[in-house]
Amino acid sequence: MLNSLDSALSFHQDALRIRGQRQELIAANIANADTPNYKARDIDFNAAMKSAMAGVSQDRFNTSKTSAQHLDGAPSSVPSGRPGEALFRPIMQNSVDGNTVDMDVERNQFADNAIRYEASLTMINSELKKMLSAIQG
Amino acid sequence: MSLFNVFNISGSAMSAQSQRLNAVASNLANADSATSANGKPYKAKQVVFSAIPSNSPDASAVKVQKVVEDASPPRIVYDPKHPLANEQGYVTMPNVNVTEEMVNMISASRAYQNNVETMNAAKTMLLKTLTIGQN
Repeated sequence: MLNSLDSALSFHQDALRIRGQRQELIAANIANADTPNYKARDIDFNAAMKSAMAGVSQDRFNTSKTSAQHLDGAPSSVPSGRPGEALFRPIMQNSVDGNTVDMDVERNQFADNAIRYEASLTMINSELKKMLSAIQG
Repeated sequence: MSLFNVFNISGSAMSAQSQRLNAVASNLANADSATSANGKPYKAKQVVFSAIPSNSPDASAVKVQKVVEDASPPRIVYDPKHPLANEQGYVTMPNVNVTEEMVNMISASRAYQNNVETMNAAKTMLLKTLTIGQN
């Protein structure tokens, strides 16, 4: 039971974690908008989400088995915690100081990411509400 | 917790940008200081930003690595009545480029505002996260 509750929420949990990480990276890009030779970085959300979901289903508790009839451990409910790989943004226009931060792109992505983060929060809240109404009737 | 790190990163950028604004203020104030404590005309100061590692491995914060003196040549003005004029009547004035400094000022102030907004967005997101399951 608890496991199914957990798996219902783990998708959004991973999404929130990666969105949070991405927000941090974009904040760093905005902070370093004037730093010479700084290269803008970002996470491929799609790839990070895929690897996070694969991580949850693969990471099993390693139970030592003394008989072939023993069951496998349940899938780990602990989030993999694996950070999304930070990549470098492609260069749109070269600048003299070697900085690749394009403020328009960063502001755009920052707002987009913040909205999607809130969308995930709303999803979690409605998921919880659904569960509560199932429990309370 | 990555969202809390946004405060550190944006905060570092805000203090770096305000140092830059400080240098601009000093340059503009001394744009006509023909002499200073060492007897030479004032030299324009420029800050050098550098990315430094923050709490998270990929996201970097900013700090002012050093403040350098502008290497551009001083402005020579012909003013024989000036007490610091040489035999030919020329005075060596600071190498402050006022136009450049004004542009620098606008850039620093906009960058500062950007970081304030980044911080506000992170704050809103965190506060919203705290309300999970409350309704």
